[in-house]
Amino acid sequence: MRAPLSWLREFAAIPANTKAEEISDAFIRVGFEVEEIIIQGSDLTGPLVVAKVLAIEELTGNKKAIRYVELDCGEKESRFVICGASNFAVGDLVVAALPGAVLPGNFAISARETYGKTSNGMICSSRELGLGEDHSGIIVLPARSLAVGSDAIAALEINDVIFDIAVNPDRGYALSIRGLAREIAGALNVAFTDPINAIKELKFEKSGDGVKPVLEDGASIFYLRTLTNYKADSVTPLWMSRRIEKMGMRSISLAVDITNYVMLELGQPLHAFDRAKIQGNLRIGRVKENQKFRTLDGQERNITAEDLMVMDDRAPLALAGTMGGLDSEITDATTDLALEAVRFDPIAIAKNSRRHKLSTEASRRLERSVDSSLAQYASARFAQLLIELGGATHVETQSAGTQNLPSEINFDPAYISRILGLEIDAKKIAKILEVIGCTVSKNFTIQPPSWRWDLTQPADLVEEVARMIGYDAIPSLLPPRPRHASLTWQQKRIRMMSMALAARGLSEVQTFPFTSDAIIESMGYVNERAKTYRIANPMSEDFPVLRTHLLPGLAAVAARNIGRGARDFAIFEIGSIFRNSQELIPAISPELGKKPTPAKISEIFASIPMQHLHLGAILVGKVEDASWRGASRDYEWSDAIAVAQEMLGLCNLEASIVRSDFAPWHPGRCAELIIDGKPVAHAGELHPRVIEQFALPARSVAFVINVSALPQSPRVRAQSVGAMPPALQDVALVVDQSVSASAVEAALRKGAGELLESIVLFDRYDKMGDGKVSLAYAMTFRASDRTLTGAEITQAREAAVAAAVADCGAVLRTA
Amino acid sequence: MNAQEVAGWVKDAEAAFLAASDLDALKIARLAHTGDKAAISLASRSLGTLSPDEKASFGKIIGEAKGQISLALENATKKLEAQRDQKVLLEEVVDVTLPASRMHRGGLHPITIIKNEISDFFIEQGFSVAEGPEMESGWLNFDALNIPADHPARTMQDTFFIEPLESGIVLRTQTSPVQIRTMLTQEPPIYIISPGRTFRADELDATHSPVFHQVEGLVVDRGITMAHLKGTLDNFAQHMFGPDVTTRLRPSFFPFTEPSAEVDIFFNGRWIEWGGCGMVNPKVLQTCGIDTDIYTGFAFGMGLERTLMVRHGITDMHDIVEGDLRFTRQFGMGL
Repeated sequence: MRAPLSWLREFAAIPANTKAEEISDAFIRVGFEVEEIIIQGSDLTGPLVVAKVLAIEELTGNKKAIRYVELDCGEKESRFVICGASNFAVGDLVVAALPGAVLPGNFAISARETYGKTSNGMICSSRELGLGEDHSGIIVLPARSLAVGSDAIAALEINDVIFDIAVNPDRGYALSIRGLAREIAGALNVAFTDPINAIKELKFEKSGDGVKPVLEDGASIFYLRTLTNYKADSVTPLWMSRRIEKMGMRSISLAVDITNYVMLELGQPLHAFDRAKIQGNLRIGRVKENQKFRTLDGQERNITAEDLMVMDDRAPLALAGTMGGLDSEITDATTDLALEAVRFDPIAIAKNSRRHKLSTEASRRLERSVDSSLAQYASARFAQLLIELGGATHVETQSAGTQNLPSEINFDPAYISRILGLEIDAKKIAKILEVIGCTVSKNFTIQPPSWRWDLTQPADLVEEVARMIGYDAIPSLLPPRPRHASLTWQQKRIRMMSMALAARGLSEVQTFPFTSDAIIESMGYVNERAKTYRIANPMSEDFPVLRTHLLPGLAAVAARNIGRGARDFAIFEIGSIFRNSQELIPAISPELGKKPTPAKISEIFASIPMQHLHLGAILVGKVEDASWRGASRDYEWSDAIAVAQEMLGLCNLEASIVRSDFAPWHPGRCAELIIDGKPVAHAGELHPRVIEQFALPARSVAFVINVSALPQSPRVRAQSVGAMPPALQDVALVVDQSVSASAVEAALRKGAGELLESIVLFDRYDKMGDGKVSLAYAMTFRASDRTLTGAEITQAREAAVAAAVADCGAVLRTA
Repeated sequence: MNAQEVAGWVKDAEAAFLAASDLDALKIARLAHTGDKAAISLASRSLGTLSPDEKASFGKIIGEAKGQISLALENATKKLEAQRDQKVLLEEVVDVTLPASRMHRGGLHPITIIKNEISDFFIEQGFSVAEGPEMESGWLNFDALNIPADHPARTMQDTFFIEPLESGIVLRTQTSPVQIRTMLTQEPPIYIISPGRTFRADELDATHSPVFHQVEGLVVDRGITMAHLKGTLDNFAQHMFGPDVTTRLRPSFFPFTEPSAEVDIFFNGRWIEWGGCGMVNPKVLQTCGIDTDIYTGFAFGMGLERTLMVRHGITDMHDIVEGDLRFTRQFGMGL
């Protein structure tokens, strides 16, 4: 919302010496963000005069049309200037910059020779004067409105400061000069004159029968003023068109300009109908049958009972509060008008605007609540201006509905200090509330003004007082210190794992959790990992669903890094995944303002599917960076398993491992890590098809841990380790290739019994032939209370081997 | 055998030790001058044949001579050992500036680092870190936060909706639903922050991302005022941006707070919008069953990407979201 200082001053007694920055700071202090201060005319110096076109000579033989124009600049003799525009005729008033003038961009005007003529000045366009973007032609001033030779800088009110203000959605009243002037007057503590006061004095005599308003739905009060004898050739006065332009809009025709002007001045959107096109009464309500309707922008729209419409007895004429219809628009031939001014239900207008994706100057204001007194006063202001400037006659004013007011608020002034932590005198509180328009009773019952529908509870009044006093006045204190807090065990675990991975040479990345059905299919996901949730309005049709696994995103980031020259690296991500584990039920929306029942709260929580937290990683290329010591080896399947195991080890968890055919891993090289019978992680080499799809180096590896599935580690019951010496024993066993190393180790542990402290596979030989492999284990035995005897050690070792023989068909290998 | 002769042996031994160029030559000289067949050894052994008087006087002479030879040997050994050590260690010199580490350089994503830093700061103040789902109930994300269905504030945030639309489920546009979840399930006093990932249907450009992160804070307790909000934010801002940073609260509008404010910081010579805050709207407290006659509260929220960009001079959001290792590795494990 723009606000020219010259217009604000009409209602707010801002002292002449107040600087633009001070005004801007004051706006910001009371909650109006000034996005830009536009200082018009600061880079423009005259002479700039109103000139009359006396004669035009078209110069031919040039690339574009050039005119040699004789101007009356109010001087003794006429001036001749060259002009490239052709949107003017003899007799028009234009703006001429005379030699000596400097236009924005440090463009000095002087007499010069061009096109074989002497040009003694310049006829200006809006853009050349820094007034706007319009450069389609030069400015043609309204006829007879100004004296020839008069100062155009003053006539055009060029010297002005325009504040561009971001108005928060709760302050619909501030989408008007009246509202902003009240705010700035309050912020600067200067007098405010409400323009409504003068309008209240207006009287219009009934001179005939006007259109009758009928209010069926969607509004509280509806004013309809019928006027006649409007002179369709009336011209918008310069002061009005200039203000409209300063607000960033265009001047169109007098009747339309007045509706816009009054909306900008007071905040009430108005709609003027050509009375001749209204059949019978004008109704606000809803259609009974779905139908097509063409709005002013030429769009044909489907209208249903969802839409609030303005209709006559025959058909819809306007999409209420949003946009008028093409067919009932006022035209150059209109002489009789019916002006509609309505206090619409904001929600009805918000729905109109949203359903038709049509946000207009009118809908923006109406959906933010408009002053309920303005249906009457803004329409009166329109009538006043149309009568005065357009020669119109008032026919009849009728209204339907009643003007309502925001509810009273019972307020305890002590509440202010309870919220702000700042003592403020009750008298001062009352004064501030009166400045913003409230009526304050002796016992502090507050009646908010007709334009403050956002004031519904004491807290809203606290904000009003706080911003008028200034947030700077509130002291800065630390709150009382609560009990000790710490991260939860899961949070600590996640932090520990991420730091361990980073210390181990992996870099963390974060990817968008969006994917596509095609990616899900190409990765080979099935069952729960192929079912996800769909975004109704995705950023891109390429990624319309939520991810079910971290690896596609990680593979894409790996590929991006490779594309940018990286070769050997490891990346990881910790993030939520989304699996369509439950049917979504219709929204549960308990009543607001009181706590839902525990059952209802549980129902809401249960309606949201579980979103597991995963930790995924992809490792590509060499295990180490290239080095002067020689090339490193490539990552292989076991590296992924090792890192996954280390992560579980950090959590004091140990998983058993089985081979798994699990996408997107290589079916023969994927380990499933199992804790308490549940798979918690997968690790190994990626499927060659996936590697090819993302153009990753051959045999790239990956792991994924379902962090949410990891149990809490039990508290450690510590064992005393003692100082007794260990006994080391090596055994080499030959087993069938189909026997897994983990099974052999489990058998050895079982057979060795309690004296076994640790076991390490230190050699594996698979070139024996006959489908056999040799596994060599180093076993460490120890008792905590004594040195083991030779006999005890031998017995334990033999028992271990015997178990491996029995369970795994192992044969002891002899040297 | 006379004293002069013995002195000569000492001189010879000293000269021979001095002449030895390395430890091997010294060994030969030692054997020659102190070995079994050396003159002094023979003389020492022949002492027994002498008369008691001679034995006493010659014994003393030979004892002193042995001492002198032994000292000379010790000195020569020390000198030659030092020479050897120096030579050997010189030969073994390496270029210690050669690149030593071959491990890939890892690191945490800067968003994780700043999230951890903020969490640690607030944990130290007694706040807990609360979390919630990213796919969230619209009632928790909007309605309970006093953002009704047809309020313009609801369309201010471009929301991603999950199908079917009747489910009302959205990708959370803010981490505020975590505040509602906490208030619905816990009694005051409540001191939490809720860092997390949030979503808005904004195109990815230099300053926007459809997927981004926020940290919000919520305090609900007896006697909490806006002064406590200011104090907490001042403290937080100084922790994040340095002791010289100053904050400014500007009146603003958020449906879930009243009064509401924007938080600006004065950093690097200009005012920068940092986040939003306010006193928790009583309507929100009431929906969560918190007695507004007893309790008041404040809340605030900041974008982590914005905080990171302001503090570290990052100008392009793409760097934060693309996962290019060259960017991430700059941060290591801490900022």
